[in-house]
Amino acid sequence: MTVPAAAEDLLRRLTPQVLGVVARRYGDFAEAEDAVQEALLAATLQWPEQGVPENPKAWLVTVASRRMTDQIRSESARRRREEAVYAQSPPDELVAAAADEVTEHRDDTLMLLLLCCHPALSPPSQLALTLRAVGGLTTAEIAGAFLVPEATMAQRISRAKQKIKSAGSTFQAPPAHEVPERMRVVLHVLYLMFNEGYAATSGPDLLRAELTGEAIRLTRALHQIRPDDGEVAGLLALMLLTEARRGARTGPDGDLIPLAEQDRGKWDAERIAEGVDLVTRTLAAARIGPYQVQAAIAAVHDEAPRAEDTDWKQILSLYQLLDVLAPNPVVLLNQAVAAAMVHGPEAGLALLDRLAEDERLTGHHRLAAVRAHLLEMAGDDDGARSAYQLAAKRTTSLPERRYLESRVARLGGR
Amino acid sequence: MKYLLIITMNPTVFETLSEADREAVFAGHDALIKELNETGEMVGFAALADPSATKTVRVRDGVPAVTDGPYVEAKEFLAGYYMVDCESTERAVELAAKIPDATFNAIEVRPLMEPGGLEM
Repeated sequence: MTVPAAAEDLLRRLTPQVLGVVARRYGDFAEAEDAVQEALLAATLQWPEQGVPENPKAWLVTVASRRMTDQIRSESARRRREEAVYAQSPPDELVAAAADEVTEHRDDTLMLLLLCCHPALSPPSQLALTLRAVGGLTTAEIAGAFLVPEATMAQRISRAKQKIKSAGSTFQAPPAHEVPERMRVVLHVLYLMFNEGYAATSGPDLLRAELTGEAIRLTRALHQIRPDDGEVAGLLALMLLTEARRGARTGPDGDLIPLAEQDRGKWDAERIAEGVDLVTRTLAAARIGPYQVQAAIAAVHDEAPRAEDTDWKQILSLYQLLDVLAPNPVVLLNQAVAAAMVHGPEAGLALLDRLAEDERLTGHHRLAAVRAHLLEMAGDDDGARSAYQLAAKRTTSLPERRYLESRVARLGGR
Repeated sequence: MKYLLIITMNPTVFETLSEADREAVFAGHDALIKELNETGEMVGFAALADPSATKTVRVRDGVPAVTDGPYVEAKEFLAGYYMVDCESTERAVELAAKIPDATFNAIEVRPLMEPGGLEM
């Protein structure tokens, strides 16, 4: 099933719009989603041979609607009646777009995002459903991205749809007072999607890498719908500024290269410029939130021409701000690194000692890894070596373990 | 995050179980498989044949030497596994507790290594 990249891109872009129209018309998200998937499948089979239709969106809506009506009625009399009604309705999809149509598509996309990120679902299910319904990825692609069998992913998705259905999934906007909380979930799901892709390196894991592109595309779409939402802009900027470093963060064997040792010439200047611009504009105007602060930290890193030019003072104060806005042990861990860069390794190690009591982090390899780096900075090679060894044992990431073991070797240990 | 739920069993313990207990074990597995399929957490599972059906292979100087029986001399042997993809260690432990063999023997919960990693 090879589709030219342009057609595939088109399909992905049209998916939420088509699903929006069909779900709104028939009011049943789960059925509509199935119907649209079949329409997408039909398109990937037919378009490469017959060419992309003149109005691809109308084509998809028609095919999906036909499938919907097939599902809905059982008797042939009703079938004829409905087909008559149906035959009269598509013209509005076939005429040129009205001036306000764009707005409607945007609302549909947002509504779909809110629906897929339904709080009744677990984060992995929200993620899978978003990728399929809004991202237009096939179940096989999503399964590949998460390294699980296709049957597993299919079950996860159909279960998620059932849950949405039983939680009362009419295609309607959630009540206004629920929107901020739902938006928070939407942003978190997009963030998870990005991380899932970013954690992967290269080679056979290309599908996972594609997730970052998908996360950026969807967050960009969300930013267009809600340009004044500072956290949406912040998340988009964070993704762009992080993605900009992709080319430099792994060596030829997929080994991790830490930020300080990356070849900054390989960073994507265009993405950095866009991200920095977003951060600058948002921080000035919108209400501050955790994604914006994280984006600001990424911007400070990305703007340093050399690692030693990094403005650690600014990073430290941003982490302190983040610690107030969204306190969590990982933030404090990063703050310890920044404190060490500004005030020396002892200051960082003192912060880590406070963290050692935090049971959310004890046993986590990141704590040991950061301690190892700071001990190495302080010249305590023996302490650093055993902390690196401990971190290497605890991590479940293969590239991270290779990296940590290489630090042990560099310190002349075994 | 993926976890391997390793069912370690002492074959003699299983032999001492009553018919009803054995039935309960099988029924428990059926129920767990159904649940894992429904939640979408199932990645795979397998039951292993008795240790007596094992061959052990050693290659020495390029020559394979094959002997009957398991490599490790122990009372407990790997009896089977579930591979699950779930949200947290807590959930993996919860699932392990649902494996009926946990009542008679022990289940090990081991995270799988991931092919990616965060920037360090």
